[in-house]
Amino acid sequence: MGITNIKRIFRAGFINFWRNGSVSLASILISTVTLSVITALIFLQAILNFSLTQVKDKVDVTIYFTTTASEDKILALKSSIEKLPEVALVEYTSQEKALEDFKARHADDYLTLQALDELNENPLGATLNVKARETSQYESIAKFLQGDSALTQDSSGIIDKINYNQNKVVIDRLTSIIDGAQKLGYAVTLVLIGICILITFNTIRLTIYIAREEIGIMRLVGASNTYIRGPFLVEGMVYGVLSSFITMLIFWPVSAWLGSHMTDFFGMNIFDYYTSNFFQILLILIGTGIILGSISSGLAIRRYLRK
Amino acid sequence: MIYFNNVTKIYPKDSPAVEDVNLTINAGEFVSLVGHSGAGKTTLIKLILAEEKPTAGTVFFESLDIHKLKDTDLTKLRKRIGTVFQDFKLLPNKTAYENIAFAMEAAGKKDEEIASDVPHVLELVDLSPKMHHFPHQMSGGERQRLAIARAIINQPELIIADEPTGNLDPINTYEVVQILKKINDLGTTVLLTTHNRGVIDSIGKRVITLEKGKIVRDDKDGKYSI
Repeated sequence: MGITNIKRIFRAGFINFWRNGSVSLASILISTVTLSVITALIFLQAILNFSLTQVKDKVDVTIYFTTTASEDKILALKSSIEKLPEVALVEYTSQEKALEDFKARHADDYLTLQALDELNENPLGATLNVKARETSQYESIAKFLQGDSALTQDSSGIIDKINYNQNKVVIDRLTSIIDGAQKLGYAVTLVLIGICILITFNTIRLTIYIAREEIGIMRLVGASNTYIRGPFLVEGMVYGVLSSFITMLIFWPVSAWLGSHMTDFFGMNIFDYYTSNFFQILLILIGTGIILGSISSGLAIRRYLRK
Repeated sequence: MIYFNNVTKIYPKDSPAVEDVNLTINAGEFVSLVGHSGAGKTTLIKLILAEEKPTAGTVFFESLDIHKLKDTDLTKLRKRIGTVFQDFKLLPNKTAYENIAFAMEAAGKKDEEIASDVPHVLELVDLSPKMHHFPHQMSGGERQRLAIARAIINQPELIIADEPTGNLDPINTYEVVQILKKINDLGTTVLLTTHNRGVIDSIGKRVITLEKGKIVRDDKDGKYSI
């Protein structure tokens, strides 16, 4: 197929799109609905991921050391723990820092502060705060620390307690909730996208059904199948591109409103997310729109091109 | 040019539309097919255009067995045949100019050729003032003349006109027949189906009469005789 033919196919596609007025409008509306659902799901996934990261961030395991434990030994243990593949971050809080934090936390509690003063010595031990990469990995980290491995043998005397067991129930529940939420999110996304694709496909099929006689005439005049199909594919692509721009336009005020009114509820600013990911979202929508439009047209026209 | 060899076409759950037809149409002939509605005229034409397959027998266009052609070869064959129908079969979303240009584009003609030939053929069928009108903005006679212009634009070897005057008043009918005669005089084979007595009698060329799917008469200088 030469350049001339491609040029003619594109020109015919655009002209058909323009002259088919109401039919084109209906197809664009339906595609816009589909792409809006996809955009909403992108936002929903973002909110879900953001909330999950925040929740995950709040889970940790703290190792409390005895007051007599030397800083050298604690730091040695810290660097050993940091080498574990499951560990994301280890934070060291010295005895002095722990006391400072405690005092700051109880600045208004005069009685407690007075009691602390009367002790004359620091009753608080140093701590190591361990964060895992995944919540499911806390158990293995805790087991490792409590076990008799070479790493912990040396430190067994200095560890006062590890709070994993107290947090265990909460961590386990969180792990399963996070897993479930993610799976459910993906499933809902897939089902909704599937439904929308079917609706768009059927709308485009209807527009081509309307043109079936024209297709017959074109065949009769001696046009090749490629030459007949081309303009319909172009029309499908135009639906996709236009509806993705319309969708982005619709989501501008929507996300601005959500950003100013619902940030506390969602935990993140949707408008910021929209503006900072504008081009990625637009690309996803245009890509989906073009693929959806042209594949639907291609499939729909196939039956009218059979001999 | 066209050869029907023992052709039978039976539509499912129906009596034969065409039965055991043997027919030869030579290049340059003007052949009129006449018969009552349901006599099998349109089926014969659909068989030539490969819109229908015969239940038995073969149809040849010169040396090509029409119903054994591949899709691409069939497209090539259709470019050698111009068609005119009672319901015009124009592309509703294209203007008169674009309808004809489309046939030329489909035949792979260059833009310059299209730009020079289309106005010329529209002038030939007296439609120059309607060049940028859509079919729905034109009268029946104008639409039929546009369909004829489209049929002849690629200089086909055969023009098939299936009841082209069925929807037209006497004056437009006369004009369409005159155009078809002129096309035939210039060397193109014409196959016309009609049940208009006046049309047949005014042409005075070969007439084939069909009845219940069978050829009952084949007269060289025929008159309408049903």
